[in-house]
Amino acid sequence: MSHPIAAEVDALVARALDEVAAADGTAALDTVRVRYLGKKGALTALLKQLGKLAADERPAAGALINAGKESLQQALTSAGDALAAEQLAESLARDRVDITLPGRRQSAGSLHPVTQVLDRISDIFVRAGYDVVAGPEVEDDYHNFEALNIPPHHPARAMHDTFYFGDGSLLRTHTSPVQVRVMEDSEPPIRVICPGRVYRRDSDLTHTPMFHQVEGLVVDTDVSFADLKGTVIDFLQRFFERDLAVRFRPSYFPFTEPSAEVDVACVHCGGAGCRVCSHTGWLEVMGCGLVHPNVLSMSGIDPQVYSGYAFGFGGDRLAMLLYEVDDLRLFFDNDVRFLEQFR
Amino acid sequence: MKFSESWLREWVDPALDRDGLTEQLTMAGLEVDGVEPVAGEFSDVVVAEVRGVEPHPDADKLSVCEVYDGDAINRVVCGAPNVRAGLFVAYARVGARLPDGMKIRRAKLRGIESFGMLCSDRELAIGDDHDGIMELPAGLTPGADLREALALDDSRIELDLTPNRGDCLSIRGVAREVALLNDVPLTEPQIPVVAPTCDASFPVRLSDPSGCPRYLGRVIRGIDPQASSPRWLVEKLRRAGLREIDPTVDVTNYVMLELGQPMHAFDLARLSGGIDVRMARAGDRLTLLDGREIEPDAETLLITDDSGPVALAGVMGGERSGIGANTEDVFLECAFFDQLALAGTARRYGLHTDASHRYERGVDFELQELAVERATALLLEVCGGEPGPIVVTEDRNHLPERREVAVGLARLEKLLGIRIDAAEVDRIFAQLQFEVTDRALDDDDVRWTIRAPSHRFDIAIEADLVEEVCRVYGYNNVEARRPSQPLALGSVAIEQTSDRRLRELLVDLGYQETISYSFLDPVLVDAVEPGMAPLTLANPMSVDLSAMRTSLLPGLIDGARRNVARQADRLRLFEIGLSFTPGEQGLQQTQMVAGLILGSRAPESWSAPAQGVDFFDLKGDIERLLEQLGWAGLNAEPIDHPALHPGQAARLVDATAQVTLGRMGRLHPQLEERFELGGPAFVFELDCATILTRTKPAFSPLSRFPRVRRDLALLVARSLPGAKLEQVCREALAENLVHFTLFDVYTGKGIDSNEKSVALGLTLQSPSATLTDAEIGAFVDRAVAALADQCGARLR
Repeated sequence: MSHPIAAEVDALVARALDEVAAADGTAALDTVRVRYLGKKGALTALLKQLGKLAADERPAAGALINAGKESLQQALTSAGDALAAEQLAESLARDRVDITLPGRRQSAGSLHPVTQVLDRISDIFVRAGYDVVAGPEVEDDYHNFEALNIPPHHPARAMHDTFYFGDGSLLRTHTSPVQVRVMEDSEPPIRVICPGRVYRRDSDLTHTPMFHQVEGLVVDTDVSFADLKGTVIDFLQRFFERDLAVRFRPSYFPFTEPSAEVDVACVHCGGAGCRVCSHTGWLEVMGCGLVHPNVLSMSGIDPQVYSGYAFGFGGDRLAMLLYEVDDLRLFFDNDVRFLEQFR
Repeated sequence: MKFSESWLREWVDPALDRDGLTEQLTMAGLEVDGVEPVAGEFSDVVVAEVRGVEPHPDADKLSVCEVYDGDAINRVVCGAPNVRAGLFVAYARVGARLPDGMKIRRAKLRGIESFGMLCSDRELAIGDDHDGIMELPAGLTPGADLREALALDDSRIELDLTPNRGDCLSIRGVAREVALLNDVPLTEPQIPVVAPTCDASFPVRLSDPSGCPRYLGRVIRGIDPQASSPRWLVEKLRRAGLREIDPTVDVTNYVMLELGQPMHAFDLARLSGGIDVRMARAGDRLTLLDGREIEPDAETLLITDDSGPVALAGVMGGERSGIGANTEDVFLECAFFDQLALAGTARRYGLHTDASHRYERGVDFELQELAVERATALLLEVCGGEPGPIVVTEDRNHLPERREVAVGLARLEKLLGIRIDAAEVDRIFAQLQFEVTDRALDDDDVRWTIRAPSHRFDIAIEADLVEEVCRVYGYNNVEARRPSQPLALGSVAIEQTSDRRLRELLVDLGYQETISYSFLDPVLVDAVEPGMAPLTLANPMSVDLSAMRTSLLPGLIDGARRNVARQADRLRLFEIGLSFTPGEQGLQQTQMVAGLILGSRAPESWSAPAQGVDFFDLKGDIERLLEQLGWAGLNAEPIDHPALHPGQAARLVDATAQVTLGRMGRLHPQLEERFELGGPAFVFELDCATILTRTKPAFSPLSRFPRVRRDLALLVARSLPGAKLEQVCREALAENLVHFTLFDVYTGKGIDSNEKSVALGLTLQSPSATLTDAEIGAFVDRAVAALADQCGARLR
């Protein structure tokens, strides 16, 4: 048996659902909601009339009206959700960008390859407790030569091709004077490396009048040639990240004795012989030795108590080998097309 | 030091092939710099005798020769001027192949058929001589293969000797080393004592016995001036890189190469009075053998006779007394000059001779007698003559001594880091010909005292023995070990920033690091820093690398110029390094960082039109850089700098500490044009020591109360520095102004041309309370009043 109000509710709900279906936006949906469910809405109005009904009819009629309201509310919500989803999709589509276009940016800089190599070298030694020290590049004769056991007219001076200034000062030919200054100013144990610019009058494919050297110095009570070898081999193998063969040849430097030249198996061919190593299989990369007792004495260190070792090599040369650069001059030409390759 | 392998093998012949031998020398510290064959590759070239020579009927310069090659007489047409009957020649038979690849064929030369070719030195790549054909010694057998006859399957070895190995500047010295390394005997040639056959001599006085403590002289009378050096001698000299000169000089050169003793030969007839070896005096003049005239300084040791200098001692002889084509009586000089006395002499006169090279590195002080005997015997063999007695003039007090040097086993083991038996050390000293004068056993230690042979004049201190033991033991037999050390910790001062951090910050700002030479063209330095009078090298590579930079900017500008020339249109460069500024306190070597930017602000992009960099791009970079290094609050003060745009140049000063950090600005447009930079370029230079020192960051409590911001739009005089507005606001509002921003500067339409409109944002906060509207209003009023008062600002 149908309640007399049922038809009225059904009709109202049916009409409202039609309007929901026809609604083309949130505003239209809201109009429908207000028209039927608002304070003055049609379904709300029906509820308000419940009081006019007989008391026993009210619960059934109320339930009918509330069911109608609920179904309309559901329709409104789902229509609203659908619309919101549609709008979000549209706005996302609108905000789509061409992700393949390049970003907005400053250009990237980079460190000079020689700097990178010097940093790399410093890192290796600093990890073992060495200090990194610097010193003046315009030096006096004493620190560059005499304190290193190279008196005036020593034939070794001819190996240095020194740049001089009128007052007798000079451009340091190696970073050894920094070691002298360290020995003068501190007490053993000493463990330092001295990277820096050095200068010699020479210019060709493998020589520039300015280049970079790194020298190391260790002075302590119990320092030996075997320790020197261990340090040098360790360094070269860490630097090139390979267990390359290393050999030591007797040589001569006035400031060390015994002195050695150090060859490392060619980093390019591994020792088989190639253009890089002039088909010898070896690359001469370092000079080293036990610090000459005269050098220790002159800087106030007792050679009977202490011994030391020193080693030195070219930062640019190692950079050339590491990056396989064949012309040293490129390092100082500052062509950005060259420099940018070492990012 | 160059020498032929076969000559060395006459002295010592270890069971090593050429490669093995050179490898061994290199590994012993006698670095082999080169090995090259003494002759080119050729085949079917034989010794032949020219039996007859007729002029070519149809060619002036050609001869038709009858050449006997051991089998037959061959007709050869030859163009050499020195071809003559009786000459022994190098004959390339038909079918022979020469070093340049040429194959010898039968050929008709001006109508006459020729069977083969007579060769010059150059054609066989034996030497450079191409003036005529080779003249072979007459004793050879016609038909013998030339390579065998002349022992051409030999190589020239070049050693790059270190200055301490003067003892190896001779065949004898190298041979001694090879014998030691291989533990094989040394075959020294028999050097007989030549008895004098006349009593001729020439007086010698040593006025400077410290420079020349020993001088041996010998007169040889009546040598044959027509004689020429035998091929074997010339060949040994050639293979050692020396040219044939005349028999006397060739012989002295030979002895120098063989034994390591430089000698000099005078024409006795051209010497007067007697020899005096003395230091130069005022007025001395000497014309050297190379024709140069020198006025020796007082530090120079000279050989003189009664009429003046005759030789630069130990370096080069003089022209006046030199051996000539007619020399019949020779005075041989064989001296020991002190290493120190000759040090630097040759260099001072721009000379470098085989003799000076040896004396500067040291010569065996007991070698002279042997050398004179060797030279005499050879000279007599080559050109006859009557030798007088050897006259020795010496001052034993000034001769070096074979010093005693001591070393202990424990010391050896400690310094070398090896375990070594005393017997092994004994053996090493014996191999080195070290005379052990004492061998003491002291507890567990063995202590040797040795006397080195006179040729090892470099052995003077304990370290020399350590080195010798290590060398013979083998550097590569010393087992490497990792040093151990106490693990002391270290730290970096909190106020100190590293160079590396600075570099990386600049790289992160998009700058490319460069490294330029520290010396450059003085013109360039002057262009950027006129009047600086840079430190200048006395001996630069070239003028354009002669002035020490007083600033890093010229190098950067020049680098930019080169890059722009290579079509770079956008640069951001920096460099860190020393600048060298002469000053009253002497030269200042200051580490600086400098940078340069030019071209567009950002790489060309689809997203915005390209804009060129300006002053504020660079200033922004520096502000960011310095802020990251701990420097907040930077004042820019206008400066006049000749290299900078007068309206865009600033000194950068820290606002709090009033420390100058550096300078920046646009390059002067005239410089931009001069260096063809293609547009505006902006540069900066900062003092590293300053900017890499910072104060430790200090904590201040955070305010719990809200901030408010009030913006002001003002009209101010156009010339008013923007920084003044901030300064006035900060002074007026003190700690209540927590942030200041100048967010708009406008000139143009609607604004009087003498004025500009500026917009300020003041962020206010109290450390102790929430600000009320009334308080905020009062602060703003205070700021406006101060701005009106000190900046003439009006609210818009």
